[in-house]
Order: sequence, then structure tokens, then C-alpha cells
Amino acid sequence: MAEARSDLAEQFVEMPQQREASVLGMWTFLSTEILFFGAMFMAYITYRTIYPGAFAEASKHTIVLYGTLNTAILLTSSLTMVLAVHAAQENRSNWVVRHLLFTILLAVAFLVIKGLEYHQDLSEHLWPGPHFKPGLPPQAQIFWFLYWSMTGLHALHVTVGIGLLSVMTWMARRGRFSALYYNPLDVAALYWHFVDVVWIFLYPLLYLINRSS
Amino acid sequence: MNNAASAVPVASAPPLKRSNTYLVEGGQTLASWLLTTDHKRIGLLYLFSILFYFTIAAVAAALMRLELITPPGDVVSSETYNKLFTIHGTLMVWFFLIPSIPAVLGNFVIPMMLGAKDVAFPKLNLLSWYLFNLGGLLATYAVAFGGVDTGWTFYTPYSSTYSNSNVITMAAGIFIAGFGTILTGLNFIITVHKLRAPGLTWFRLPLFIWSLYSTSVIMVLATPVLAMTLALMALERIWGLGVFDPKLGGDPVLFQHLFWFYSHPAVYIMILPGMGVVSELVTCFSRKPIFGYHFVAGASVAIAILGFLVWGHHMFVSGQSVFAGLVFSFLSYMVAVPSAIKVFNWTMTMHRGSISLATPMLYALGFIGLFTIGGLTGLFLAALGFDVHVTDTYFVVAHFHYIMVGGMVTAFMGGLHYWWPKITGRLYPEKLGQLAALIMYIGFNLTFFPQFVVGYLGMPRRYHAYAPEFQVYNVLSSAGASILGVGYLLPLIYFLWSVKYGKRAPDNPWNATGLEWQTPSPPPKHNFENIPRVDKMPYDYSPEAEERMVHG
Repeated sequence: MAEARSDLAEQFVEMPQQREASVLGMWTFLSTEILFFGAMFMAYITYRTIYPGAFAEASKHTIVLYGTLNTAILLTSSLTMVLAVHAAQENRSNWVVRHLLFTILLAVAFLVIKGLEYHQDLSEHLWPGPHFKPGLPPQAQIFWFLYWSMTGLHALHVTVGIGLLSVMTWMARRGRFSALYYNPLDVAALYWHFVDVVWIFLYPLLYLINRSS
Repeated sequence: MNNAASAVPVASAPPLKRSNTYLVEGGQTLASWLLTTDHKRIGLLYLFSILFYFTIAAVAAALMRLELITPPGDVVSSETYNKLFTIHGTLMVWFFLIPSIPAVLGNFVIPMMLGAKDVAFPKLNLLSWYLFNLGGLLATYAVAFGGVDTGWTFYTPYSSTYSNSNVITMAAGIFIAGFGTILTGLNFIITVHKLRAPGLTWFRLPLFIWSLYSTSVIMVLATPVLAMTLALMALERIWGLGVFDPKLGGDPVLFQHLFWFYSHPAVYIMILPGMGVVSELVTCFSRKPIFGYHFVAGASVAIAILGFLVWGHHMFVSGQSVFAGLVFSFLSYMVAVPSAIKVFNWTMTMHRGSISLATPMLYALGFIGLFTIGGLTGLFLAALGFDVHVTDTYFVVAHFHYIMVGGMVTAFMGGLHYWWPKITGRLYPEKLGQLAALIMYIGFNLTFFPQFVVGYLGMPRRYHAYAPEFQVYNVLSSAGASILGVGYLLPLIYFLWSVKYGKRAPDNPWNATGLEWQTPSPPPKHNFENIPRVDKMPYDYSPEAEERMVHG
């Protein structure tokens, strides 16, 4: 119990209060994040409604294989993240570390694949501007502007997540987490699931417009 | 028991110099202030910061009023004038008004009103201050070296394509400071949810807390949209094309929608906290419980919610459909309902109260009058036909200054006077305080009332030259501005004076019931010796309680 008491910050009276505060804090932060991405989704919805044809045509140039692969990777990383939290709840610190490392590995894999994809996009002149791939309607550049901004912002969030999970791994290795105290891990997991959920929206919106036709 | 504490006549004994105050505990070095996580110290850090930005923005306003004394543009060029009103708008909105009551007074009193030792995330609180100032210094850099000429609204395509000024630096400054605002809001929300003292239920919370809670919700939900909108605008500027670019089929009006989706709720960030302060002041200085507590509390929440649904009234002439215009007009009228509830309830609170005209109360009375004028002219502007007539005239300028300066700044001054004894442990000179409040009221009305008239007559805003027949109104306005300036300088001087020479303040100089008054002035580092328990409604200014107060 002495261990648990030192984890209590001075502004709180008891552990459950501190845990609830940090979880509610992360949820509130995620509501901010939703509206942060929301402005871009609003722009996407607006232009896709006005220019459905141009968006469908532009979307066909995204690399659906990479997108699908990354979707699978990110979903799996959410699973390993949950398992890390679960291991902490059961006091199995070795497994906390292993699951966290596996999550980080998947996150890095996501970024590597995204990098390969970006490279190929660039070589196909899909960067909006004067050298944009000829033959596409002008509104396709708006699609690609949104593609780069939205996936770029998402990749930034993945990168921040990797940093966050590394700190968690370090804390887990030092035995900071137990069934009595795993707040930071819980909060980091919430953030990681959010990054995953954003991708679940990005994937169909960017890669899967009218693929069947 | 806290109510017993207030009955004990500690106030009558002259307070002694104590060492267990937040000003002494935790160190008196510069580093101890810059690395503090104490919400009270952070509140003061914000006070110094916003004073800095306020001064720059006020000087810009003074130069504009100087230019406008005569009809031709003779003092500054049109380009410089554009930069002046941009400095004034951006700094006043984001670096003075938005943090004014929430980050200064809110930071200082919220944890104490809740009976808590600090906010929920003290380190995050300090980070907010650093983000705020990083943003503020970038913005200051942008205006000092080259300036920005887009106005505070950054409308595309001018901002993204044509302006030759430091748009990106300014946008970056606002973007970064925005995250400071978000984190402050987040901190307050969690603090109110999780750190209330035992017995302090939601409907025993002071109304200041209700209004700051509503404000925080707006901060958390609206600010990210502004951040992203400015980022998209900046990307478009860097990239040379983007989502608002008509050449590609983009729509500049989308920028306006996104901007006002943030900025209209942000207007309520700039008035709700003022309403919270006034609720505290009116009850205390009328010696009566608030009239209709639940309605005043609910009105704050209602204003926060409705605030998200009215942005289109800024765009009646921007090319939105007639149907959208009608809906936004109707929803804007709806905002008048909770606002009026507040005004009527404050008035009813004063009815048959034992009113004392101490300085904070003078400001509260000023607020009620000026806010009513600002609010009613807001109804004019919500009316489609009238709005088209006065869009982009001084009528609009006068309206929002009645809300933001007449409302928010007046309430900020009232709150600052009210809590000054708690903050510093010193009393400000009362007679001078009353005089300054009066000067400010006269100066404010003289500055902005003529602008209603001249705006209605058709003088457009944002021009450095104007038709000669408008001169008399502009001279009145500039004269008023100089009186207003004196009204601001006076408190600055006597507040500074009082820190050293003011009379030592008792713990509860106003005999107020709030928890923040049941602890020494200035409070110890952790606010309370023992965590208080609450067993009654706020504003317990009953005749019996008064009796106890007077007779000890």
C-alpha cells in the first residue's frame, strides 16, 4: 500500500478520484481532438458533396493495398494495447512490457508502410500544385490536398503515440504499474484507440470511393 | 464547519503578517514563480502576461482613435491603419479577453470555491501558461516586425493569397495559444467534476463556477476548429493552393463557416465568465441570495449550447441561402432568452436588497446596464433586414464593444477589485476605486455610443478616412477613449500602490459566503488548513446569517 500512496498527487484526496480525473481528462482531450480533425472532415464532406465525380476519380489513384495493410496493422495494435492494460490489471508486468513493445512495433510498421506509400504517391505526381498529375479534374487537387493533410496529421498522431508508448514501456520496465496503479497506461491506451478510430474513418473516405465501379 | 468559521469575528482583529501564504511558501525566487504549479501563482502569471498584450493592443486603439479625429487619413497610411486594427483585434481577443477572467480570476478562485487544494492537473496548468505566452510572443513578433493586415478574421482568399504580411506567424501564434486555452478549459472541467469538497453538490456550486464550466466546454470544443481552420489557411498560403482556393473549385465561404463556428462560441467565452463574476458581486453587495439560482445556472449552459448554433449570423451578406439566413436569425434570437433571464434575475436579486455601492458593485451595475444595451443591439443585428443595412459599419463595432468591453472588461475589473484583498492580502483605496469605476463608465459610453449613431448613418468600419459629416461623432468617440484610458490607468496605479502601502485585508472583507473567503488572505499554498464541508446553498445571505455576521 505504501507504494500506491506515493502515486497519489497532492491535489487529490484518494486514488479512485485521481484515476477518474485522469480518465475523464483524456476523454475531454479526445473530444478536442475530434473537433480538431472535424474541421478537415467538414471540408471533405463539403467538397465531396459538391464534386462527387472528381473525388471518386482522384481516390482511384490512392494505393488501396497499402491502405488496407495499414488498417489491419493499426487494428491489431489496438488489440495488443488492450492486452497490455489487461496484463497490468493482472499484475503481470513482463507481459505489459511485451505487449507494449509489440504495439510500438506495429506503429512503426504503420509509419514505414505509410512512408513507402507517400514515396509512390510523390513519384506519381499526386502532390497538388503546378506539377500535379495531368488528366485529372482540378477538384482532384482538393482531394489530394485533403489526403496529404489528413493522413499527415494522423501520422503525426501516430508518431506522438509512439513517444507516449515508449514512455509507458520505460515505466512498465521499472515496475511502476500494478493492479492498484495503472492510470498512465489506461490513459495512453485511450489515446491510442482514438488514433486507430480516426484511421477507421480515413480509410474508407480516402481509399474506397466507388472502388467497385 | 465553514459557516461557523465565517461567524467567528476573526475579521475584527487586525491581521498580522503571516509567512504561510502562497506568496511566501514555495519560494520567492523568479524560478519559483516560473516553475510553479500553484493555481494562484499561475493566475498571477496570467495577469502580468495579459497586461502586456493589453497594453500593445490599447496603444493600437489609441492610434486609431487619433487618426479618426479628422476625416482625411492624415496620421497613418491606410496600410498602417489596417495593421493597427489587426493588432488591436487579434491581441485583444486572443491574448487579453479570452484569458482575462478564466485564466486570471478563474485560475485563482475556482479551486478555492470548490474547497480544493489545486486544479486537477497543476503541471498542465503551467504548460497552458507557457503555450499561451509562446503564442503571444509569436503574435507580438508578427505585429512588431512587418505587421499583419488581414483583420482578426483572416478571411480568405485575402489572407491565403494576396496579403503581403506576417499572416503565417500570426496564425501560428494563435494556433499555439489556442492549445493553452484548450488545456485551461480541460483543467477546469475536470476540476469541477472531480475536486469538489464533500457536500458540494452541483446545485450548491457558486454561479461563477457554472459560468466558467460552460466557458470551458466552449474552449474545449470550439478552439480546435479554429486551430485547424487557421492551419488550413496557412497551408494554403505556403502551398500556393488549397481547400479554400476558388481556382480549384474551392469555396472561400467555407473558411468563414469554419472560422465563425469557432468565433461565435468564442464571443461567449468573452461574456459568460463576466456573467459569472456579476452573479457573485450582485448577491454579495445586495446581501441577498441570488434570485432563481437554477435558472441563472441553466442559462449559462443554455448560452454555451446555443452559441454553437448561431455562427451564420456573421454571414448574412456572405452568400448563404435565404433559408439558412432565416434559421440562423431565429436561433440568434433564442440566445436573448437565457441572457435576459440573467439580467432579470440580477435585477430581482437587488430588489429590496441591502445594496452597498462598493467599487465591485459599481462595476456590476455598469455591467448590467452596458450588457443590456449590447445585448439588445445584438437583437437588431440578428434581424436579417436590419443586419444587411448595418453590416460592416460602426454599428457592429459599437455593439460588440458594449458586450466585450462594457461587459467582459467591466466584469473583469469588478472581479479584480472584489478578489484583490484575497489575492494580495491588501485593500485597494475604496474612494479611488469608485472614482475609477465612474470614469470608466463615462469614458466607455462616450467612446462607443456615438459609434451606434454613426454606424447607423452608414460609416463603414476599417477605413482610416471618412466623410466629413461623420466628424462630430468621431471626435466624441476619440474624446471618450482618452477618458477611458484614464479610467484604466488609475486602477493600475492604485493596485500597484496597494500591494505595498494598502491596508492589510481581513480574511473576509466583504462578509461574503463563498468558500474562498473562509480561508486567510492571502491563502496558504494549499488554500485550506482543513478541507471544508458544505451543507447549504451558496449565497446564504439570510437575515439570520447577517445577524450572526454583525454580532459575532
